[in-house]
Amino acid sequence: MMIRRQMLATLGAAVLAAAWWTPAPAADVIKVGEINSYTRLPAFTEPYKKGWELAVDEINASGGIGGKTLVVISRDDGGKPGNAVKIAEELVSKDGVALLAGTFFSNIGLAVTDFAKQNKTLFIASEPLSDALVWAKGNRYTFRLRPSTYMQASMLAAEAAKLPAKKWATIAPNYAYGKDAVAAFKKALTKLKPDVEFIEEQWPALFKIDAGATVRALEAAKPEGIYNATFGGDLAKFVREGSLRGLFDGRTVVSFLSGEPEYLDPLKAEAPKGWLVTGYPWYDIGTAAHETFVKAYQAKYGESPKTGSLVGYNTMLAVAAVLNKAGSTDTEDLVTAMEGLSFDSPSGPITFRAIDHQSTMGAWVGRTAVRDGKGVMVDWFFADGANYLPSDDEVMKMRPAN
Amino acid sequence: MGFYVAQFLTGLASAASLFLVASGLSIIFGVTRIVNFAHGSFFMLGAYLAYTIVQVLPHGILGFWGSVVAAALIVGVIGAAIEVLLLRRIYHAPELFQLVATFGVVLVIQDVTLWIWGAEDLVGPRAPGLDGAVRILGEPIPEYDLALIVIGPAVLAGIWLLFNRTRWGTLVRAATQDREMVGALGVNQSWLFTSVFFVGSALAGLGGAIQIPREAVSLLMDLNVIADAFVVTVIGGMGSVAGAFLAAVLIGELNAFGILVFPQITIVLAFLVMAVVLIVRPWGLLGRPEAPQRGAAGPLEAPLRAATGPAMAFAATVLALLAVLPWIADEFTLVLVGDILVFALFAASLHFIMGTGGMVSFGHAAYFGLGAYGAALVVKHLGAGMELGLLMAPVAAGIGALVFGWFCVRLSGVYLAMLTLAAAQIVWSIAFQWQDVTGGDDGLLGIWPAAWAGSKTVYYYLVLVLSAGGIYTLRRIVHAPFGYTLRAGRDSSLRVDAIGIDLRGHQWMAFTIAGVFAGLAGGLYVFSKGSIFPDTLAIPHSVDALIMVLLGGVQTLAGPVVGAVSFTLLEDWITRFDYWRIIFGAIILAICILAPEGIAGFALRLLPGRLTGRVEESAR
Amino acid sequence: MTVLAVRDLSKSFGGVQAVEALNFDLAAGELLALIGPNGAGKTTCFNMLNGQLRPDEGSVRFLGKELVGQSPRRIWRLGVGRTFQITATFASMTVRENVQMALISHHRRVRAFWARAARLYVDEADALLARVGMADQAERACGILAYGDLKRLELAVALAHGPKLLLMDEPTAGMAPQERIELMALTADIVRERGISVLFTEHDMDVVFAHSNRVMVLNRGHLLAEGTPAQVRNDPIVQEVYLGGGSTFKAEDLSHA
Repeated sequence: MMIRRQMLATLGAAVLAAAWWTPAPAADVIKVGEINSYTRLPAFTEPYKKGWELAVDEINASGGIGGKTLVVISRDDGGKPGNAVKIAEELVSKDGVALLAGTFFSNIGLAVTDFAKQNKTLFIASEPLSDALVWAKGNRYTFRLRPSTYMQASMLAAEAAKLPAKKWATIAPNYAYGKDAVAAFKKALTKLKPDVEFIEEQWPALFKIDAGATVRALEAAKPEGIYNATFGGDLAKFVREGSLRGLFDGRTVVSFLSGEPEYLDPLKAEAPKGWLVTGYPWYDIGTAAHETFVKAYQAKYGESPKTGSLVGYNTMLAVAAVLNKAGSTDTEDLVTAMEGLSFDSPSGPITFRAIDHQSTMGAWVGRTAVRDGKGVMVDWFFADGANYLPSDDEVMKMRPAN
Repeated sequence: MGFYVAQFLTGLASAASLFLVASGLSIIFGVTRIVNFAHGSFFMLGAYLAYTIVQVLPHGILGFWGSVVAAALIVGVIGAAIEVLLLRRIYHAPELFQLVATFGVVLVIQDVTLWIWGAEDLVGPRAPGLDGAVRILGEPIPEYDLALIVIGPAVLAGIWLLFNRTRWGTLVRAATQDREMVGALGVNQSWLFTSVFFVGSALAGLGGAIQIPREAVSLLMDLNVIADAFVVTVIGGMGSVAGAFLAAVLIGELNAFGILVFPQITIVLAFLVMAVVLIVRPWGLLGRPEAPQRGAAGPLEAPLRAATGPAMAFAATVLALLAVLPWIADEFTLVLVGDILVFALFAASLHFIMGTGGMVSFGHAAYFGLGAYGAALVVKHLGAGMELGLLMAPVAAGIGALVFGWFCVRLSGVYLAMLTLAAAQIVWSIAFQWQDVTGGDDGLLGIWPAAWAGSKTVYYYLVLVLSAGGIYTLRRIVHAPFGYTLRAGRDSSLRVDAIGIDLRGHQWMAFTIAGVFAGLAGGLYVFSKGSIFPDTLAIPHSVDALIMVLLGGVQTLAGPVVGAVSFTLLEDWITRFDYWRIIFGAIILAICILAPEGIAGFALRLLPGRLTGRVEESAR
Repeated sequence: MTVLAVRDLSKSFGGVQAVEALNFDLAAGELLALIGPNGAGKTTCFNMLNGQLRPDEGSVRFLGKELVGQSPRRIWRLGVGRTFQITATFASMTVRENVQMALISHHRRVRAFWARAARLYVDEADALLARVGMADQAERACGILAYGDLKRLELAVALAHGPKLLLMDEPTAGMAPQERIELMALTADIVRERGISVLFTEHDMDVVFAHSNRVMVLNRGHLLAEGTPAQVRNDPIVQEVYLGGGSTFKAEDLSHA
């Protein structure tokens, strides 16, 4: 129903296309640009959008930013980095936004990161996980909210090191995210437990996994532990083929992000059991701040929040916090305010580190289980992101000086 | 031993799914010659419909298979409806124009599916009675895989019977070999086409529906399957169902065993196989050479005319406006117009081989991307400046086009197009995989213009001069003996040969020239965006260029420019809305029906001949 | 003077002898007709002469140069022009441009990148068009021409490089009877005034007997009869079996040849 109404609104907007050329000239608003891959991966970006829309509503309901209304101009990049850069140009030079936020895919995040550096514009990368975003390709104008590949892999490695498995096989989609997720886990686990061995790796093409053959190849290597970073449709196929062919029987499975509702919900009763995962057990968190968020979200949308919802919500909290702290929309003021910015969120206090611009937003680590025909996380604990970041010296070495 | 048998069976099960999609595509192409991009969408719809119907029907074996069949039939009806309501109106458009319409259908179906079924992946039930695994030689094999291994050949047999034991099948086979003959035999051609669309779409729907016990139903299914479906169809030989089966088994097995040796190979394996097959057998494994054409399929292209006074005045006005743009427009408009100029050059370079040369490329983004990467790599790895980078862009693309072109010009028609696609996918996979040099899909960053061209205005002028200059140069070449010879080769290779012209060598040179100009566009693009990623080389980017050329009008020289301007502006505007794809798709479909000769061709038809230099004469 | 000398020309396809040990000469300015029932080997013979097929054995000498093993393009450059049974022209060009294309190739300018093709060799092209009576249609698009006009255009194209020999495969196929006579009369006039030799195949016997200087009758790859139109017309075997019934010869009939 909601979607249909949205659609009518869209058509209405199309009719009023003339408005395209004339941005609202109101002086009592602060404009923020937001870019994401809404049509490429709606399963992930729709909850994200709902999350930040909720935050914007709440921020404006409680007086906006110093009395000014927060206006978010949100655009779809269609999954193309070049498009994202073009949109960033428009948001900055034509719409005059104070800062940019968003992006999901790492390569789009990186493209906008580079744009931010070149154009001296603040960019808060909300969802991309790539470590390069704040380290190898980091720059003064880019900050990242979500716990990165390195952080989540470290959380998993810390738990995996406690398990007896020594011979590991990995499976990850064949692109930068998958490669990073595997490399980070290998590095972290080897550091904690030098006698582990990685005996097999599989790299199915993203969203094109030939699950049967891949499962057979993993099985043939007879690993004790399996580390998985596939997601979306690949994960569903992998889980189905793997369980049918007994791949997971008697093996430890560590799985990146698989505890997030985006990944677990579609699997329903077929969700894997006993996998060690990072994720978001929104149903059991129970802290007052989080309960408030969940209630507001469910009231507004009639559905439960997903990880994207939380990330989107926290993104706008960060935006509001930095605008309030800086008290201006000047980029240099905003960057100064961003460094070390702390704010409270449904997932606890978050700080943007001055040293590498990575936030300390954490994640939940636990085991998967099936409850009432649905995949859930059990035996989880909250891993504060601050505890899973490399030392300052290491960071300084990775990050270019500027 | 058991392990290899199990792997073999797994490969066969994958092959069965591939075969169902590809067979439908092959039948549709064989009879109607339509390159149907929407075939993947039919596959996706089949899966979604089966997912929904299986919840409604009573659980059990009958309910499951009933929903699979019902989904296939509904998709068949949808396909037939699209044929009747849409494609039938544009059969007389220039060759390949119908693919623009199917592209519009893809966009519409994407958003309609999102609207009806939502964004979240859907995991359907397993097949009742086939939800376990059996042990063969000690290895667990899913029962459903065994069912698929039976279904594939069974469908093949069914199609064979349909083709060889019914009058309809005889007609379809006849039409596949010689379309005009069927018309001459007095067969109701529109009925035949509609029925073929029904069968082909139903097979795609069936392919999707039988996937629900294996994979999550998702919005990415359409684009994920369409490239593979084309590859299998082409390897087998367009129009040959048995060939499609053979090709599906080949790909399925190579994939199953390939990942044991070299897991990363999966991203490009199918395309490598296709390239090798096409080089060895230019019409696929079991395909036949296309019947010699007797006159062009669509309307005749009019002779070239030198620009008339009014046309030159118009062009001068546009150029003058572009030249003063920095004084009258904001910075973003400069960026947007710069993008349009780059894409116009890109589209013009594609039109050069496609319109003038009759060599359709489904992989032209390879040369755009090679140019962009060529520039970016000398900047990144050799510390060169923008000037050398911009010089390197056409050189790198030209070398790529020289290499791939040598193979491509030996083929013709859709096979040539698919070989260009394979070439592009090979380049893409190298850029994607060779992380140390190309940065993989994290791309190369920080490729900004030199300091003197750093301001948006200066860079805009650079783009304007090089793009407009490139487009003008291409136009001159088309009007020069080189271009005339290329057109001549497209019109009649027999006659060209009989007046002493080395057509293949000429086409090779044209392919390289097109690559050079696409590379220049790529070089300009990378410095305007500051970064480059493998998506520049990927299929969607090639398709964009194809749509620009066809939408603008393949039979007019202004077509690619008009197409690039309309497409880029439209996309820039439309993507501001939610559910923009359905609007975009609907606009494309409307253009298809109103202006089957493309926007520029349509405009020329409306303008008086005095302005366009065209002489109106009715075709024979 | 002998323009074309064919010796022992043979070709078989999978055991079927399409042309066997064919010998003939063609003199300067001569119009030689090659006739025979379907499957007699005319097309095979033609394709060997123009370079599209490589003979199994034999030699084809054109003005003393060996043509066997040469590409069709090279043979054209040596001065052999061709017309096709079904016209092969450039539909998206004007009539004049079709001739200009042949001239551009003749002058080796196909790789010129900047000159305007439509302005090249206009006078030469128009002279050729005038000669075949197509001057008034020079600006028309080739794709909308009547079939008879296409045939005349093809003749002009074939003449563009000043050939010494024309190979014409069924030049009047698909035309109305009156048009056939006119086209062949035109062809005969042109070759006579320019001293061009012509080898042509033809089904229409009226055309053959009216315009050829000499006729060769081919059957099952063998030369059955040869002579002036009058001689061939009066040859009893040709008359009885070929011209009369139109059926192919039986093996025993060949002994009479």
